[in-house]
Amino acid sequence: MEELIEKLKKEVIEQLNLEDISPEDIEADSPLFGEGLGLDSIDALELIVLLEKNYGLKIEDPKDGKKIFHSIRTMAEYITEH
Amino acid sequence: MSHIISSYSRITPGSITVNGQSEYDDENFITFAEFIKPFFKRLDLGYPKFYKMDALSKLGFVAAELVLRQVNYDLYDKDRAGIVLANRSSSLDTDLVHQQSISNRSQYFPSPSVFVYTLPNIMIGEICIRHQLKGENAFLISEKFESRILFDYVNELFMHNRIDFCLTGWVDLMKDKFDVLMILVEPVRIVNSGEEHGLTLPFSATTMDELYK
Repeated sequence: MEELIEKLKKEVIEQLNLEDISPEDIEADSPLFGEGLGLDSIDALELIVLLEKNYGLKIEDPKDGKKIFHSIRTMAEYITEH
Repeated sequence: MSHIISSYSRITPGSITVNGQSEYDDENFITFAEFIKPFFKRLDLGYPKFYKMDALSKLGFVAAELVLRQVNYDLYDKDRAGIVLANRSSSLDTDLVHQQSISNRSQYFPSPSVFVYTLPNIMIGEICIRHQLKGENAFLISEKFESRILFDYVNELFMHNRIDFCLTGWVDLMKDKFDVLMILVEPVRIVNSGEEHGLTLPFSATTMDELYK
C-alpha cells in the first residue's frame, strides 16, 4: 500500500501539473480538494482519467468520486480493492 | 473623447519588453515552456494556476500582467473593462494536443484540462480571473496583425460607452513560435487625474503599427 501511495503522489503531481509541489509535500491522508491541495473541478476530471488510463478503472457512479478522491490513501485503497 | 496608450508589452522569441524597455532576454531557449517559465517565476506572483494553463493562455497572461502592473489599478472600474485580442493561429497549438489524445481508439484518453483550452478566448478568461475584470471582450482571428480592425473595434466600445479602459493587441502562438503586442488603452481623463500614470501615446492604428514593428 505505501509503495502505491508514493507512486500515486508522483502521478497526481504529473497529471495535474502541480508545479513546485513534491511527493513529500502531500500527506497521504490530507484532503485533495478544499483546504488540501486546492484542486478544482477540472482536476477532479483529470483524476478520473488518471485512474482509467493508468489502472484501467472506470468510475461508474459519479457519486463515488467524492469518497474515492478524498485523499491519496482513499485512491490507493480503491485501486487495491478493484 | 480621446484615448491614450498608457502601457504596452511586446513578447517575441527570446525577448520581453515593457514600454519599449527590455525586461527579459533569453536567446538560448528551445521551447516556449523553457522561455516563459523562468520569467514567470521571476515575477513572483504566487499564482500556481499559471502552470495549468495552455501555452497561449500563459503568453497572454504574462503580457497582460506586465501591462497592468505599470498603472494604478484603483483608478479603474473593473466592471467596465474591455479586452479585445486577435491572433492568427487561434488555439490550434492546444487543439492539436487534444486531437492527438483522441486519434487512437485504443489509447483514447482526452484530457479535460487540455480540452478546456481549445478556444482562444479562454486566454481572455484567464486574464479576467486574475485581475477580476468584467465587461466586454472579443477574440478575433486574422491572417496578420491588423491594427485598423482592433482600433475600430475598441473605438466602438468606447464610443458606445461600454467600457472605461481596454486591453487590446495581438497574442499568437503556434508550437514554439510566438508573437505578442499587448496594449492598455484608457481615456485621457484618467491620465489627467493627477496620478503618475504610465505613457501618453495617442491611441491610433498608426501608433499600434509603430509599437508592433
